[in-house]
Amino acid sequence: MIASGTIKLALPLVALAGRPVLRDIDVAFAPGQLAALIGPNGAGKTTLLRALAGLLPGTPPRDPKRLAYVPQGARSAWGMTVGQVAALGRIPHGDQREAPVARALAACGIVGLREARIDRISGGQARRAMLARAFATEPEMFLLDEPTADLDPAAAHAIMALLRDTARAGAGVVVVVHALDLARLYADRLLLLVDGRITADGPPDTVLPRAAAAFGLPWGIDPAPRLLPPGAAAPA
Amino acid sequence: MDGAGGQPAGAAVRRVPVIAGLAMLLAVLLALGLLTGAAGFGVPDATILWQLRLPRTALAALVGAGLGLSGAVLQGALRNPLADPGLLGIGGCASLGAVAAFYWGISAAFAPALPLAGLAGAALGSAALLAMAGRAPAGPSLILAGVALSALAAALLAMALALAPNPFALAEITFWLMGGLADRSLLHLALAAPPIALGCALLLRLGGRLDALALGEEVAASLGAPAGRTLLLAAVGVALVVGAGTAVAGGIGFVGLVVPHLLRPALGERPGAILAPSLLAGAALLLAADLLARSLPLLLPLSAEPPLGVLTALLGAPFLVRIARRMAA
Repeated sequence: MIASGTIKLALPLVALAGRPVLRDIDVAFAPGQLAALIGPNGAGKTTLLRALAGLLPGTPPRDPKRLAYVPQGARSAWGMTVGQVAALGRIPHGDQREAPVARALAACGIVGLREARIDRISGGQARRAMLARAFATEPEMFLLDEPTADLDPAAAHAIMALLRDTARAGAGVVVVVHALDLARLYADRLLLLVDGRITADGPPDTVLPRAAAAFGLPWGIDPAPRLLPPGAAAPA
Repeated sequence: MDGAGGQPAGAAVRRVPVIAGLAMLLAVLLALGLLTGAAGFGVPDATILWQLRLPRTALAALVGAGLGLSGAVLQGALRNPLADPGLLGIGGCASLGAVAAFYWGISAAFAPALPLAGLAGAALGSAALLAMAGRAPAGPSLILAGVALSALAAALLAMALALAPNPFALAEITFWLMGGLADRSLLHLALAAPPIALGCALLLRLGGRLDALALGEEVAASLGAPAGRTLLLAAVGVALVVGAGTAVAGGIGFVGLVVPHLLRPALGERPGAILAPSLLAGAALLLAADLLARSLPLLLPLSAEPPLGVLTALLGAPFLVRIARRMAA
């Protein structure tokens, strides 16, 4: 039996404007896991996420109460407040409950920005507001397109830790990430996309060497001092 | 408790007094509308009240309400603060229908032909617009279809003017195109009220869909409110309201564009939060402009009322300049 909240997608071929973008896709994402989609630019990561969200023609429609999708670079057309943006997440439920919105703002660490206009805060704060909108839906599955793009390292770690904790709490999370460091540290499962195909799928340690090959970069051990994730003990 | 849709406490607190204030202003203007006329200020006899002032006052409120609400909905649906109800070309088509009735002299022989022809023009234009835009239109395709329709209607209108059978017809057409509510009867009210009321009822229900569109079409679709359907419903509602409004009042600009901008500073920018207030403010604005049009000949040595459409443009243009300066700041 499939656990409630698992989403599956089987697509032999997805073509956009006559160009094949995805091929031989047959995947399932379970709750309780943070899965990261990695791969070179143009590999089809965003298209796969949109297909999972049911936004491409020919893909199965999803229940908007159970699945939240955050596209990359979404911008508000209006100078709404952060609280109003988060409250948009209640639209699928057709209610205006305050508690889920307050929890979402708290989870994303932006309670203090509730009355601030979304077009007058920093890019990182706006990204958290978009995430809070997804959290306010209280879905079983999150689909997030590059939630850490153009964030500073500390903010990126904070967002990834939040997503990992969200998965630990029982939700399914699928993120597109470019930073392989973040993917290795936080994801339970990596999926490598190359030219529209999933060429590797498994725990980070097994997928990352193949990802390096896909990017045409060497794979090995780097002994140089480097930035560590929050909480890591610095060597004496 | 926080206001509807997680509004900021400030705007939620302000929303009730703003709506109450607008409703009171509207009531005062309605009373003034019934008490002001060519005969001066005061309670008129029953015939003047029923045959002249009531239709005129009610039409100003209805048409203004429809224009204000249409502007708020279209700006939300197109995610563009510059959208105006005239953008869809339905007003142009209604004008063309009315002008056709002038041109062939039907309106001289049979007075109701004028609004009826306007309604027919609006209906034909709406059918053409929806056929061009398709079942799930995208914003740009809807705008392009509207611009094409406007251009076509404007060209045919210019042709009717150029080939006008006599100078009187030319003057009549030109004056009607400027927009106005003088000498409208209960018949005009009966013809315009049902489509405008229906259109407003449809548009007022779109608040949630417009909110969903605030973050873009992909987010709207993922929230279960696809943009195509929102645009289609908005286009149908605006066509009903603007088509019927133009058929009885001629071309009245700026109300739909300006009203939402007047309200956003007080109510915040969430699209769904300004729909009902835009309806009230549009009604109040057009009533006030029409009262001004009626009173000016009493106050100034004018031989006739200034056309209502000209007044709204004169009042609206400075507001637009202010908005432009605020946006630039």
